[in-house]
Amino acid sequence: MTPGATVLLAAPGWAPALGHPFFQHALLAGTAIAAAAGLVGYFLVLRAQVFTGDALSHVAFTGALAALALGASLRIGLYAGTIAFALLLGVLGRRGRADDVVIGNVFSWILGLGAFFLTLYTTSRSAGNGNAGVGVLFGSIFGLSSGQALAAALVGAGICAAVLFVARPLLFASVDEAVAAARGVPVRVLGFGFLALVGACAAEATQAVGSLLILGLLAAPAGAAHRMTARPYRALALSAALAVAEMWAGLGMSYAVPRMPPSFGILAAATAVYAATFLRDPPGRRRTAAAAG
Amino acid sequence: MITLLQLADAATGWSWNPAEDLRQMWAFPFMVNAFRAGTIVAVTAGVMGWFMVLRRQSFAGHTLATVGFPGASGAVLVGVSATYGYFAFCVAAALVIAAVPRGGRDGGVQESALTGTIQAFLLACGFLFTALYKGLLGGTTSLLFGSFLGITTTQVWVLLAVAVVVLGALAAIGRPLLFASVDPDVAAARGVPVQLLSTAFLVLLGAAAAGTSQITGTLLVFALLVMPAATAQSLTARPGLGLALSAAVAVAVTWLGLTVAYFTPYPIGFWVTTFAFGCHVLARLGAFAAGRLQARSAAPLTAGGAA
Repeated sequence: MTPGATVLLAAPGWAPALGHPFFQHALLAGTAIAAAAGLVGYFLVLRAQVFTGDALSHVAFTGALAALALGASLRIGLYAGTIAFALLLGVLGRRGRADDVVIGNVFSWILGLGAFFLTLYTTSRSAGNGNAGVGVLFGSIFGLSSGQALAAALVGAGICAAVLFVARPLLFASVDEAVAAARGVPVRVLGFGFLALVGACAAEATQAVGSLLILGLLAAPAGAAHRMTARPYRALALSAALAVAEMWAGLGMSYAVPRMPPSFGILAAATAVYAATFLRDPPGRRRTAAAAG
Repeated sequence: MITLLQLADAATGWSWNPAEDLRQMWAFPFMVNAFRAGTIVAVTAGVMGWFMVLRRQSFAGHTLATVGFPGASGAVLVGVSATYGYFAFCVAAALVIAAVPRGGRDGGVQESALTGTIQAFLLACGFLFTALYKGLLGGTTSLLFGSFLGITTTQVWVLLAVAVVVLGALAAIGRPLLFASVDPDVAAARGVPVQLLSTAFLVLLGAAAAGTSQITGTLLVFALLVMPAATAQSLTARPGLGLALSAAVAVAVTWLGLTVAYFTPYPIGFWVTTFAFGCHVLARLGAFAAGRLQARSAAPLTAGGAA
């Protein structure tokens, strides 16, 4: 079906991989995370808010490190940090959308705070794991326990359900905000709700691919889906399907080549699929060209 | 590097005599080099950042800034100087981002998805390079969050050369670039090569980001690009004054950050971003208060004008 899927089938020795508990956990959590990221990413790209996703993913790092430095649970820090920042972005901008300069200013300071917490954590708890920062930044999906994997799967399913629940009005509000507002769609509330969902998705995906690489899962499958079809629901489904296929392909590749970190495998598959869509003319461009001509 | 830091910590603490503290700090050659390099990159970042903020290209700027990380780690993996890696990756990413066809309403959507994908993929490459190169794990943090220790005199010269080239090129295209940034449609109609200028600007931005990465770390370059520029633009709309103000703010926060980072155990990236963010918030509050004051005194006039 997709290049990702063929790589998965061709990867040597992926069938016995399913016998390992760590691989099963990674597959369970990864599938849910990828589906959530694909769905959220579609709207993120449609609303041209990819930079917001980028900012939220960096905030996830600070949230996690703050929680570690203060001795709280990493996951509480992740969710609290990203959702709070998402709502802050909604407040800062009009109509629940912030200017990218404002986003840039706030998140680069928060990232600086992350560096502070990293130093605090590695110096004050020298007995702790000195590479915690690297783990949060780049993820460690093969290190998930069964409980963590189950929690990740449940949260991922919850995010998917929430996105699908608001998909119709959100689509309307994203494509034509003014008309949607005139027709009584609660545009502002939807904007806030969507930002909170992006925040939750970023926190969720941090555990799998790390806070620096979530952006790939959010942007690449959605970007590819936008290039492949102009029909919204088909693109939404395609985005989620591509994300899941790329996640599987990445996990399979990194199992087959142990030196390759799983985060790299996933991102490499996602980028390859996205690059492949550039080989054919997108439907949107042809239409725009026809309209312009 | 760690031992140098501990040495510095042991040798100096904050005393009640600022002149003596400064003298002691500049007794270390690496601190003198750090101040030189910091000044150079701050001026470059302040000026380039002003155009970046004006053109609303924060996302592209952030991506160019972060791709320095795979560049540096890749260069270390193959055994060449990290400086080459920074410049090669940042300029290459700038060309790829500039190459995407845009236009129409679809253009922005595609551009942001492409930019995001490039950023994430290159960061993943950086992670792969560090994973392949065992023993860099301590260095990963300093590549990402910056370290002002161990800047050599050669590096300072390289940074100076790059800054001169970037600022010289910017001065050459500055006027048409300003025109194209403020009103691309009118500029295109007047025969200004908007697309070419946009590509040239991204390449210059990539070079500036690569230089800055070596001081602040790849994750925090963006702070030095966006914050002083946003501060300057909330205070003045005049280009010349704004550019000067942006560079001045960048230099001030870098010097302050270097000094405070020297006397405390916390990283320079944290201090530079915090001071820059403080400047920005103060400027915004000041501009807001001035606007309110002006609005109150000129209220009858504006009401008349609107009606």
